[in-house]
Amino acid sequence: MRYAMAIDTIRCVGCNDCVVACQTENNVPIGYCRDWIVEVTTGTYPQLAMEIRSERCNHCEDAPCVRTCPTEASHKVEGGIVLVDEDECIGCKACITSCPYDARYVHPEGYVDKCTFCFHRVELGQKPSCVSVCPTHAMIFGDIDDPNSEISKTIARRKWKTLIPEAGTKPKVYYLT
Amino acid sequence: MIEEIITSGRMNPGIDPVLHAWGWEIPLYLFLGGISAGLLFFAALLSIQGKAKKYPVSVMWMPLAVPVLIGIGLLALLFDLSHKLYFWQLYTNIRWESPMSWGAWTLLFITPLSIAWILRWLPDMFPKLDLKYQLIYDLIDVLKKYEKSMAYGLIALATTLGMYTGILLSAFNARPFWNTSILGPLFLISGLSAAAALTAYFAKSHEEKKHFIKIDLFLIVTEFFLIVHLFMGLLASTAVHIEAAHMFLGGSYTVPFWVLVVAMGLILPGGLELMELRKKFIPAIVPVVLIVMGNLMLRFIVVSAGQASRWLY
Ligand code: SF4
Ligand code: SF4
Repeated sequence: MRYAMAIDTIRCVGCNDCVVACQTENNVPIGYCRDWIVEVTTGTYPQLAMEIRSERCNHCEDAPCVRTCPTEASHKVEGGIVLVDEDECIGCKACITSCPYDARYVHPEGYVDKCTFCFHRVELGQKPSCVSVCPTHAMIFGDIDDPNSEISKTIARRKWKTLIPEAGTKPKVYYLT
Repeated sequence: MIEEIITSGRMNPGIDPVLHAWGWEIPLYLFLGGISAGLLFFAALLSIQGKAKKYPVSVMWMPLAVPVLIGIGLLALLFDLSHKLYFWQLYTNIRWESPMSWGAWTLLFITPLSIAWILRWLPDMFPKLDLKYQLIYDLIDVLKKYEKSMAYGLIALATTLGMYTGILLSAFNARPFWNTSILGPLFLISGLSAAAALTAYFAKSHEEKKHFIKIDLFLIVTEFFLIVHLFMGLLASTAVHIEAAHMFLGGSYTVPFWVLVVAMGLILPGGLELMELRKKFIPAIVPVVLIVMGNLMLRFIVVSAGQASRWLY
C-alpha cells in the first residue's frame, strides 16, 4: 500500500480552505503552516499563464529527511506516510535542510513538525482534512498500489507532474495539469 | 518569466523567506571538530613513527587542547538543538545513513580516547607532578603499553571526524551548494592545516616549527586545489549547481569567500610561512591567526551559502 495525493491545478481556485482546515485539524501553532498555496505566473504580458497549487510534504518514497535523521524520529509508517516522533526528535534540523520542498518547520515546542497526511484520520478510514474540505474537489487521496482506487484511475487518465522530480526523492503528491 | 507567489502567506520561521535553520552554532562546531581532528591526527601519526621526543609539542602538548575544543563544540551543538532535553536520543540509535548520527558516535569515542592519550603523556609533560594514587600510575602504565593501538585508533577516528565535518553538509542533496563530495576532503584538509599552523606556532624547537610549517604549506596548496575542484565540479553539473557556484563567482558570496577565505586565509598566510622558512622575520602569530580565521570563515560561509542555494521549481 502506498498512499498518495493528486491535486488538480485546474480545479484549484486558491481559496486557502485546505490551509485553514489543516491548521484547525492539527492544531498548528499560529503563524505556522503545514500546507500552503502557491500561485505561479509564467510568460510575458499579455501572454500569461497561471497555475495554482496547494503544496505540502510529498511523503517522498526515497525520503532524504528520513535518511538524514540521526534518531529515527523521522520515520515511515504504513502506506509510506512520513511522520516525526516528537519524543525522539532532538531538533537538530538535519531533516529541514535535507527537504528540497521546505516542507518542515520547528514547532515552538522544539520538535520538528510537518504534514502527516492526517494519519490519525487515515487510520480510521477517513480522508485527510484538506481533502475533505476542498470546495472544488480538487484533491484526491488514496492508495496508488490499488489499480481500482480513484487516485490510481485519475493519474492513469490525466496528465500530471511532481515537483522537482530531479531531486530524486520520488515525491507522492501528483499535480494534475 | 516565472513568478511564484505563496499566497497563503507561508512564513514558517526559519524557513521563509530563505532557509536559516542553522546559525552560528553548527559552523563553530564543525570548525572546532576539524581542528581537534587535525591535532589528534598529527599527535598519533608522529607517535607511531616514534618521534615523540623530537616533536613533543605535537604529540604531548597540543592534544591537551582537544577535550576543551570538543567540549565547546558539543556545547555549541547542544545550543543549536531546539529539542535539547531529548539529545540523548542521539545515543539510543545508530543510523549509518545519517552523518549527524555517526558524527555523534565518533565524538563519543574520540573524546575519552583523547583524554586517555593526555593521561598517557602526563608524566612526560610534568615529571614532578604527584598523581597521589598508585591506581593512576598503574593506569598510565597500561596506556603506555597500548600506545600504538591508541594511536591507530586515534588516526582512524580523527580522519572520520575531519571528514564528517564536511560530509555532514554534502549529504544534503536538497541544497545544491553542499551537494558535492569535495566538502569532506576539503574540511578535513583545512582542519589539518589549522592544526599544523597552531602546532608550528606553539612548537619550542626550531626543528618542530620548521617541520609543521612545511606540512602546513603542503596542506594550504592542497586546500587551494580542492577549492578549485569544488567549483569545477559544480560548474560542470546541473543548472541548480551552476547557479550555486555563481553565488561565489559574481554573486553575494564572492567578496567574503575569495577575500576572507582564499586571499587572507590561504594565500597570504601561505606566503608568510614561506618567508618564515626562508628566515625572514615575520611575527609568527600573524599567519596562524589568518589561517585559523580563514578556517572559521570557510565553515561560516559554506554553511550559510548552502542554505541560500536551492532547487528551482
Ligand atoms: S517532502 Fe520533504 S519532509 Fe516530506 S517526505 Fe519529502 S523530503 Fe521529507
Ligand atoms: S530535527 Fe528531529 S526529526 Fe529532524 S533530523 Fe533532527 S532528530 Fe530527526
